Amino acid sequence: MTSQNTKTEMLSGAAMVIRALADEGVEYLYGYPGGAVLHIYDALFQQSKVKHVLVRHEQAATHMADAYARASGKAGVVLVTSGPGATNAVTGIATAYMDSIPMVVLTGQVMSHLIGGDAFQETDMLGISRPIVKHNMSVRRPEDIPYLIKKAFYIAQSGRPGPVVLDIPKDMTMPNEKYPYLYPETLKLRSYNPTAAGHPGQIKKAVNALLQAKRPIIYSGGGVIMGQASEELTALARKLNYPVTNTLMGLGAYPAGDPQFIGMLGMHGSYEANMTMHHADVILAVGARFDDRVTNNTKKFCPHATIIHIDIDPASISKTINAHIPIVGLVKPVLAAMVAQLEQKKAKPDGQALDSWWQQIEAWRSVHGGEYEQDTPVLKPQAVIEAVSRITKGEAYVTSDVGQHQMFAAQYYKFNKPNRWINSGGLGIMGFGLPAAMGVKLNYPDADVVCVTGEGSIQMNIQELSTCKQYGLGVKIINLNNGYLGMVKQWQDMNYESRYASSYMDSLPDFVKLAESYGHVGIRVSKPEELEPALERAFALKDQLVFLDIHVDPKEHVYPMHVPGGAMHEMFLSKTKRT
Amino acid sequence: MRHIISVLLENESGSLARVVGLFAQRGYNIDSLTVAPTDDATMSRLTLVTHGNDQVIEQITKHLHKLIEVVKLQDLSESAHVERELMLIKVKATSNEQRDEVKRCADIFRGQIIDVTAKTFTIQVVGTSDKLDAFIEALKGSAIIEVARSGVSGISRGEKTLTL
Repeated sequence: MTSQNTKTEMLSGAAMVIRALADEGVEYLYGYPGGAVLHIYDALFQQSKVKHVLVRHEQAATHMADAYARASGKAGVVLVTSGPGATNAVTGIATAYMDSIPMVVLTGQVMSHLIGGDAFQETDMLGISRPIVKHNMSVRRPEDIPYLIKKAFYIAQSGRPGPVVLDIPKDMTMPNEKYPYLYPETLKLRSYNPTAAGHPGQIKKAVNALLQAKRPIIYSGGGVIMGQASEELTALARKLNYPVTNTLMGLGAYPAGDPQFIGMLGMHGSYEANMTMHHADVILAVGARFDDRVTNNTKKFCPHATIIHIDIDPASISKTINAHIPIVGLVKPVLAAMVAQLEQKKAKPDGQALDSWWQQIEAWRSVHGGEYEQDTPVLKPQAVIEAVSRITKGEAYVTSDVGQHQMFAAQYYKFNKPNRWINSGGLGIMGFGLPAAMGVKLNYPDADVVCVTGEGSIQMNIQELSTCKQYGLGVKIINLNNGYLGMVKQWQDMNYESRYASSYMDSLPDFVKLAESYGHVGIRVSKPEELEPALERAFALKDQLVFLDIHVDPKEHVYPMHVPGGAMHEMFLSKTKRT
Repeated sequence: MRHIISVLLENESGSLARVVGLFAQRGYNIDSLTVAPTDDATMSRLTLVTHGNDQVIEQITKHLHKLIEVVKLQDLSESAHVERELMLIKVKATSNEQRDEVKRCADIFRGQIIDVTAKTFTIQVVGTSDKLDAFIEALKGSAIIEVARSGVSGISRGEKTLTL
C-alpha cells in the first residue's frame, strides 16, 4: 500500500467501509455475504478489529444488531448483499424504525451502471426502505464512503434515534481502486440539528403544574430507556412521591420493585395503572408517544388531565393526544432541569391530596393485582415468568417475541433495571426473540439472557439455533408451548365465538430433540413441579444454550385487557369479570 | 383549510421522493407541487399546496422538518404572501368569431397568445389559482383541447424570507 504522504492512507472503497466501522468503534458486524458485497467481505477478512457474525437469515442479523442497540444504547451494524439480502433485512429495519432504535444497515447494490436495468439481484433498496428508515443514502463516489458512514452513525444515534440504510454499489468497493481515507471526527449538517435541552419557560410551567397536582401520574416510555434517563426519572419521581407507570417499551426505566411503581399501562396494563391514568388530573408523559395500545379510545382518554409531554420528536407531541405543556428536548437534561428546579424552589406537592390519592391507588392495587388461578394441575404461563423473574432476581436481559408470552413477560417479570427488557413493541413481530437474545448474549457474555417465546414465534427464526452453536451463545429459551397462537386464539375466544381459524399449531417438532440436534441442551417441562428444578438446571449451565419447552395451559388469557373502544379504565379483568 | 408550504430542500437525489413519499405514507393531500433549484445550486425550493385542519397541517410541517434533507420551511398562508401559477391552455380556434372571442377573453385575463395555428390558439395565463380556474370557466364555451398548469409558487411579502 502506498501513501500520498505520511498522513493520508490510500484505501479501496471496501477497505474504507471496514476501516470506518473500526474507527467508529464497532466491534461486531452482523450479516450474510453475497455477490454485491464480496469486496467488502474480503476487506473484512483481512483485518481483525471488526468481527463478523454470520447469521442464517438476514432478518436475524438486523434483530441481533437492534437488540445490541437496545441493550447498549449504541447503533448496531448490519451488512447484507443486494436484492434478497436487502429485502430479507426489511422486517428488521421496520422493527428498529417503529421502536426508534439506532441501527446502520449497509446493503450491497449492483454496479452503478447496471442500476435501473433489472440486473441480477437488483432491488431499489432506497425506495423499499424509504418509509421505514430515519434516513437512507447511496454511495456515488468511493471517496465519500468515510463521510457517508460517519453521517449514517450521526443520524442514527442523535435526536430521535432510528435506522439508517447506506446502499453501496459494488463498483464503489473495487479492491484495486484506492482513494485517500480520512474519517471525520465530527459532523455538522445544515439541514439536521436536533434540539437537546428543553425550553426553560416550558420546563418551569411543567414544574408548576406538577406541584399543583392533586392526582398526578408519571407515564414514561421507551424514550427514557434509549435516552438513558432512568436515573433522572427515578430522582424526580422519588422527590415528588408520585406514582409511576411504564409503557411496554419503558419497562425497567423505573424499578418494578419500588412501591411507587404501579405497573405497565395500556391494553394489557395493570388495573391500578389504567385506573390511575384515567382519574389523574396531571399526567407527566416522558419519552412516550400515546400509542393506540396505551390510550384505547383517544376521544375518551383521561378526561380530567392536564398533559405535560416531554419528547425529543416534535411530531410525537400532540399527534394523537393534545399536550397542554409540550417540551421538546432530550428527556435526560429536561428531567434533570426539573429536579434542579424542584430543589431550588423547595416547594412540596400537596401532601394531603397526595395521601388520599395514594390511598385510592392502593385500593385499586388490591382489586386485581395480577391475580391468576393458583395450584392448577396444568402449568400457568404467568407462574413460569414469575419463577424466571425470581431465579434471575429481575436482573436478566429478557427478550421476547409477540403474543401472549410477551404480555405475560411484561406483566410478571420484575424489571429493576433499564435496557433489560428487549421486545418489538411498535411493529410487533414474531421471530424477534431468539436473534435479539443472541445479539445481547454476544455483547454481554456474562449476563443471563432469556428469550421468552412461544411455539409459534420461535419457529419464525428457529434456524438461528445454528448460529448460536457457531458462536457459543448460551441463551436460555423459555418456550411457553400451548399448541396455539395464543393471542390470536384469545381474540377468537373473545370476539369470534372460539372459532380457531388457523390459530392451532399442528405438527410441532420435538423441541428437545431439535435443540439437541444442534448440540444444545433441551429440557421438557410438562408438570408444575418440574418447573423450578428445570430452571435451576438451565441457569446453572452458564455457557450452554438451553431450550426449555414448557407446556402451559392453552386456555389461559391475558388480563387485564382494555374493552375495545372504551376509556383507559374500562377493562376485562378475567373471563367473567369486567369493570 | 388550504395551505401553501414552501420548503428549502437539499438538492440531492431522492430528496423529492422523500417529501412525496411522506404525504402518501401518512395520507396527507397534495393539491399541487412545484420544485426547482434556487440561486444556490445546492438547494431546491419546493412549493406545496395542501389542505387539512390545523392539527393535520401541524403534523405535516413537523414531519417535513423531520426529513433530514429539509433545510427550512415556511407556511406561506400564515402571513401576507404573493402566489402565482402559470397555465398554458390550448383551445380550438377555427372560425373568425371563435378566434375573436378567445382573444378578447385572453385580454381580459391578461393572457398572452404564445402559439397560433390555423385551428388552435395556445394561451399563457399567470395568476392565482382562482384566476386560472376562472379563465378555464370563461373558455368553457370554446373547445378546450389541453391544459398544463405549473402548480403554485409563492413568496412572502416584505421583510419575511425563507433563506439560509
